[in-house]
Amino acid sequence: MCYLYVEVHSVISIPPRLIHRGQASVYDTGWYIVLCCGVVLLTMTVFSGYFSHSTDFEVHRNWLAITHSLPVSKWYHENTSEWTLDYPPLFAWFEYSLSHVAQHFDKEMLVVQNLLYTSPATILFQRLSVIVTDIVFIYAVKECCRSVREEKGSKDLLGHPFFILAALLLWNFGLLIVDHIHFQYNGFLFGILLLSVARHLQGRHLEGALLFTVLLNLKHIYLYIAPAYGIFLLRSYCFTEDNTDGSVRWSSFSPVRLVALGSIVISVGALSFGPFIAMGQLPQVLSRLFPFKRGLCHAYWAPNVWALYNMVDKALSVLGVRLKLLDVAKLPKASMTGGLVQEFQHSILPSVSPSITLICTLLSIMPAVLSIWCRPRGARGFLRCLVVCALGSFMFGWHVHEKAILMAILPFSILAVESREDAGIFLMLTTTGHYSLFPLLFTAAELPIKVLLMLLFTLYSFTSLKKLFRGSLLNPLETTYLLGLVAVEILCEVVYPLSPWQHTMPFVPLLVTSVYCSLGVCYSFIRLYVSLLRQHGTDKHKQL
Amino acid sequence: MENWSLVSICVLFGLTARWAVSLNSYSGAGKPPMFGDYEAQRHWQEVTYNLPVHEWYFNTTDNNLNYWGLDYPPLTAYHSLLCAHDHGFDFCWVLVADLLIYIPAVVLYSFYLSEGSNKKKVCTVLCILLYPGLILIDYGHFQYNSISLGLALWGVVVLGLGWDVLGSLAFVLSLNYKQMELYHSLPFFCYLLGKCFKQGLAGRGLFLLVKIAVTVLVTFALCWLPFLSDPGQILQVVHRLFPVGRGLFEDKVANTWCSLNVLIKIKTILSTDTQLYISLTTTLLAILPSSIKLLMKPTLWQFKLALVNSSLAFFLFSFQVHEKSILLPALPVCLLLNDLPLPAIWFLQASTFSMLPLFLKDGLLVPYVVTSLAFLFFSIYLLSALEHCSEDKLRLGPYRRLLICMPRMDLGRFYFSITAMAGLSFMSVALAPPAQLPDLFPLLVSVFSYLHFLGLLLYFNIVQIAEPPQSVRKNQKKSN
Repeated sequence: MCYLYVEVHSVISIPPRLIHRGQASVYDTGWYIVLCCGVVLLTMTVFSGYFSHSTDFEVHRNWLAITHSLPVSKWYHENTSEWTLDYPPLFAWFEYSLSHVAQHFDKEMLVVQNLLYTSPATILFQRLSVIVTDIVFIYAVKECCRSVREEKGSKDLLGHPFFILAALLLWNFGLLIVDHIHFQYNGFLFGILLLSVARHLQGRHLEGALLFTVLLNLKHIYLYIAPAYGIFLLRSYCFTEDNTDGSVRWSSFSPVRLVALGSIVISVGALSFGPFIAMGQLPQVLSRLFPFKRGLCHAYWAPNVWALYNMVDKALSVLGVRLKLLDVAKLPKASMTGGLVQEFQHSILPSVSPSITLICTLLSIMPAVLSIWCRPRGARGFLRCLVVCALGSFMFGWHVHEKAILMAILPFSILAVESREDAGIFLMLTTTGHYSLFPLLFTAAELPIKVLLMLLFTLYSFTSLKKLFRGSLLNPLETTYLLGLVAVEILCEVVYPLSPWQHTMPFVPLLVTSVYCSLGVCYSFIRLYVSLLRQHGTDKHKQL
Repeated sequence: MENWSLVSICVLFGLTARWAVSLNSYSGAGKPPMFGDYEAQRHWQEVTYNLPVHEWYFNTTDNNLNYWGLDYPPLTAYHSLLCAHDHGFDFCWVLVADLLIYIPAVVLYSFYLSEGSNKKKVCTVLCILLYPGLILIDYGHFQYNSISLGLALWGVVVLGLGWDVLGSLAFVLSLNYKQMELYHSLPFFCYLLGKCFKQGLAGRGLFLLVKIAVTVLVTFALCWLPFLSDPGQILQVVHRLFPVGRGLFEDKVANTWCSLNVLIKIKTILSTDTQLYISLTTTLLAILPSSIKLLMKPTLWQFKLALVNSSLAFFLFSFQVHEKSILLPALPVCLLLNDLPLPAIWFLQASTFSMLPLFLKDGLLVPYVVTSLAFLFFSIYLLSALEHCSEDKLRLGPYRRLLICMPRMDLGRFYFSITAMAGLSFMSVALAPPAQLPDLFPLLVSVFSYLHFLGLLLYFNIVQIAEPPQSVRKNQKKSN
């Protein structure tokens, strides 16, 4: 007890000098604890009774019930509720361990038949579990901050890259909204991802690989960035040396390392899928994990290429009907803006199937992956490729949820505090991506908090990055586009509900938001690719 | 980072914390038949919107005064009327009021009237905005204290900048919003009178006095305009504002009479009239030293301390005090966060703790715990409170010998006090009181808070009466 007192006292009393005298180092923990406490306390203030009407709440309660009450053989067959288990087995084991704590809060939530069960104790437990598992995220961010390049010269604490990175990650608007107001375990999962990235940046590749395999077995959406991992580890870890011009030295292949990596992947996979393979349930599990019956777009279109594609298709069909070039009766009746996740056909442009999206995604990430094979630039090149893969899959994937933009934004924050150009792209991507999450919170009670948190994060990111890189990071066109977001918000929240079309065409605000944001996201993707290829080009020039 | 961006971030953070608290349950949620303060506000909107002005304060068939009758001065009524026109989401109105009135006053105070580097000023803004008591009462319990406190703070800021007439205008508006601001009225009066005396009653002083008096009277007249036509109206409003029939105290409140009642049942022994006289005399005695000192030396430093001393004395000794009235001394103590961090933080924490029974009744346990922790953590860290507890810094001057017989203000006692508050909070929630003492925990909470308030009243009085050190005196000359 005395030791704890001394520890707490030393933590609280040392740091104030740092703020006022300007000598700070990433190894001092005081400021980090302040940032963490701030965000934890904020999330705790919201959690106690607040029940948002997202379906994720019921989804996770259902999974707690399934894993607790039913034997393992029934986990992937159970379908009392419409929210069946569609994450890999390791996540199911995670829910199983949570359920053992849950039974002390409220036993009723663990009954599978209790659909939509929401007692205060249930809400308390669920939210507490998200906050406690965020510890992984907090630790991962600390590790990332240690890997950030520090500039020499004394700066005050607020100007250090590692402080800015910590603030941008811990207080990320998207993560706060999706995890704590809605309900998901993204903090926990992104914590593992960022920890894996940090380990690669620190040169501890085996640990990074282990963490990523675990992550894959927790949520299979991270398959999208698996190519980056695979090629990087193969190229930079299994081949221990490069030729002088940077190309592969085939003779330096190390089978030992390959075997080490392989064994890690196989053992984690065995731990996770093993029981189900033994029971012969693998096809059933895979069918649950990859449900391609859902439509090209989510009920609300994620701001990717397909949103623009749908928009162009709709615009052409409307134009065609107006100009009497098409017959209304011959057009497909299904509406993609209806809100149900069915398959549908496009009217004018060719329909898109899952395989086409897969091909497009692979084509989009191919140049980036090839570039780290031919000219690896160490862990930072890998990180850039990872972001490109995440963003590419977001742009072209099948049934992408807008929350997936976080998979690109969070790792990109690390690059943003190290390079001026990346900071500019980051600001564009983050602001647009975060704004596209607004329709997730649609009740009046949530409006002030989403606006306030968005303003807080955007203001902080702009001012801190601007100060770090001394000067404006966006050109006038980009600034105008971002200011246009304010106009879109006012239009969707204030003007449109008061107009007569609110009842006949209620999807228009969603459509406008989605299409406007996809312009920004596409632009960021192109810029990111250009910067990656340009770096590749300069490397080539250096060799010549 | 530039000042404006840091301040904006602090303000946004403060607003986010406020809204996050409001997302929790509120006073009287789902508790018929009377519900709570939220229902009161809604009822006042109904009354002011539908009934003519002369019926607002009267008991009629349409207006049953027993069901949340209007018991605040006219400005509250006009504000309810304004809210009634746009009956959107009521919590938004509290946020808007905060943004328009309270928060700008806090920012202006920190930047123009407090000392220290720019970083320190930003830290002061953040700490004042994080004060849990006001957040929990306004957004959890649901009230509009930020308007009256904000207007009073505007009065202080404007007076500090030297514009006496505007300052008195702001304070009169604040008084006409909530009559509890009378707790602050004596320091305002003494400060302005003292200034007039200093400028010489024969010349400019008299002119200033006349200007202020005219401003005050005109503002009162304008606020009470609809009621001035009929003396019966004015009497009825006053009767609603000051319910002297209600007794020395209600419920458990952390003041002298409630604590004394534990030992001697004064409520039953003495008659209502005797109680009234005793409370009046003790209050006057308690506020006399600080008011006289302010009258003799009308500087900003004395003014701030007099605000604390006067409102705290009223809280401890006055008639029919509610636990929420602790917000009135809490506001000027917030202004002292920069100068006397440790005592100020101690007081503010104790004031939040004293309202614990109210928060438990409203289901605000988690926001209470979280905002208290946040406030403690941020204010201790940002204001370096633990480093400023040497005897010099505590500004006791030549009177420090006096406190030898009393418990000294040091870190050990501070930690003990915070731990005790945490322990009592935990016990109030986790344990059930014994059958013969059902009010045990609220009573313990209020007596414990009372001891803190008494000690801090003594401390602040001594600080005010002691001569300030050189650095403070130099700053006083600038702001006079």
